[in-house]
Amino acid sequence: MNFSGLIQDFGPLTITGLAQGAIIALFALGYTLVYGVLRLINFAHSEVFLLGSYACLIVWGFFGLDQNSATPSTLSVIGLLLLGLVAAIVISGITALGVELVAYRPLRKRNAPPLAFLITAIGASLFISETVGVMTQRNIKGVPPLIQPRDVFVIGNMHVTNLQILIIVLALMSMFLLDRFINRSRLGRGIRAVAQNPDSAALMGVNKGRVISLVFLLGGLMAGIAAVMYDLKIGVTRFDAGFLLGIEAFTAAVLGGIGNLRGALLGGLLLGLLQNYAASLFGTEWLHAASFVLLVLILLVRPTGLLGESLGRARA
Amino acid sequence: MLLELKDVTLMYGRIQALHGISLSVGQGEIVALIGANGAGKSTTMRAISGLRPVAQGTITFNGEDITKLRADLRVVRGVSQSPEGRGIFPGMSVRENLEMGAYTRRNRAEINEDLDRVFTLFPRLKEREKQVGGTMSGGEQQMLAVGRALMSRPKLLLLDEPSMGLAPMLIQQIFDIVVEINQQGTTVLLVEQNAQQALSRAHRAYVLETGEIVKSGTGAELLTDPSVKDAYLGVA
Repeated sequence: MNFSGLIQDFGPLTITGLAQGAIIALFALGYTLVYGVLRLINFAHSEVFLLGSYACLIVWGFFGLDQNSATPSTLSVIGLLLLGLVAAIVISGITALGVELVAYRPLRKRNAPPLAFLITAIGASLFISETVGVMTQRNIKGVPPLIQPRDVFVIGNMHVTNLQILIIVLALMSMFLLDRFINRSRLGRGIRAVAQNPDSAALMGVNKGRVISLVFLLGGLMAGIAAVMYDLKIGVTRFDAGFLLGIEAFTAAVLGGIGNLRGALLGGLLLGLLQNYAASLFGTEWLHAASFVLLVLILLVRPTGLLGESLGRARA
Repeated sequence: MLLELKDVTLMYGRIQALHGISLSVGQGEIVALIGANGAGKSTTMRAISGLRPVAQGTITFNGEDITKLRADLRVVRGVSQSPEGRGIFPGMSVRENLEMGAYTRRNRAEINEDLDRVFTLFPRLKEREKQVGGTMSGGEQQMLAVGRALMSRPKLLLLDEPSMGLAPMLIQQIFDIVVEINQQGTTVLLVEQNAQQALSRAHRAYVLETGEIVKSGTGAELLTDPSVKDAYLGVA
């Protein structure tokens, strides 16, 4: 174990971990939102993310950009980023709604047991990722270098780049808006009502079907944003890009307390940090193993997750 | 008739909970449904509000067949229920719970008017406006559930055991308020185990036994009916 390395690189590891954690947190919101309302783990959420990560690349491709292009001018980068975000958000949102419509809604109508949902969830996930795999010959797809990482400020040996700032700010902003929507708007109140007491919600005139569509859509939008950030950060995507990150995001949601929006944020950031600290401490090859051992330890102490409450019960 | 049930049967899986219930509630009435535990009182309420699908029979509300209508749409038609066990939203404040009652409505001025009305009926709720529902006492939750049901400005208010778990003084108070709500123009269908209170406040009542209606009449008639006295009123 390399303690001196961890201490020496604490600053850089922290900022890298936060950027990584911000992406995981955005991704995790989709699991937590759907679980809060349906008590269902939407395993196909990883493919909602996956299609978003391709959607922006396809749009950038329309402008003739690939991984070998030069970085465009600042103004074009802003425009391209916005277009990429819109494309990813739209495609991820549609995918999430589509999965709910095709894989879950028919089962709900027939009062299927929870295991049936688990099977269709895994089925939908595999179907989408394998289809992408076939269509791309399982090759990686490179991301055009829209943003060349460049130091914005340096504290000691911690170099904070423009890309890291973009990722963290965008993630926090999205989560802030989502939080406001869930807690302040009429529709958000409807979502919380269904999460807290579905029968009572129906007695208030809440259309449960519409609330369910809405949480899938919201989760999809967040995954779309996460997907663009992921592309820019990692530089490539692939048909199975959603898989491992999906497990991490799901873990983050459970770690924070599944069903709890702020829990997803906390869980995501914490997981990002843990991974980077663990990589430094035990070596990069142990990154996942070590961080998951730590997660299990945390869950042993707090089995319901750090913030522990369900979507509705989490006040404010 | 504002509400009419005709030969309604309802199944919980393979168990038949209601065996062809027929009852009616007229505009402006307070109608009580009394009976022992498990007689099917709450089930009847759930059939009317749409939380459980009926197997056979029809439910007509305000001239419209609502037998197959979704629960949330029945609220829009004017049916509102304060459910058994109160069913308040534990993570929402008193204010938010009441706002949920007005979920289907958009007119802010009218909603505020009704909030004032509920706060006048239940001053306790005004004091607790910001408190989270889950942390309130049983009696306060009951007031909240009734107040919330009023927030949709219902034509028909369904009250399922509004006196359940309340102290005797509060029971009086809740029934006083039910009468007051009725006098303000809301039709009430009331399910109660407290038959004495229910019958003395209701215009008419039905007695339910194992999923069937065995007796009906005015509140006063049933109060003096020997068999009702024996079964539901205790030795008075």
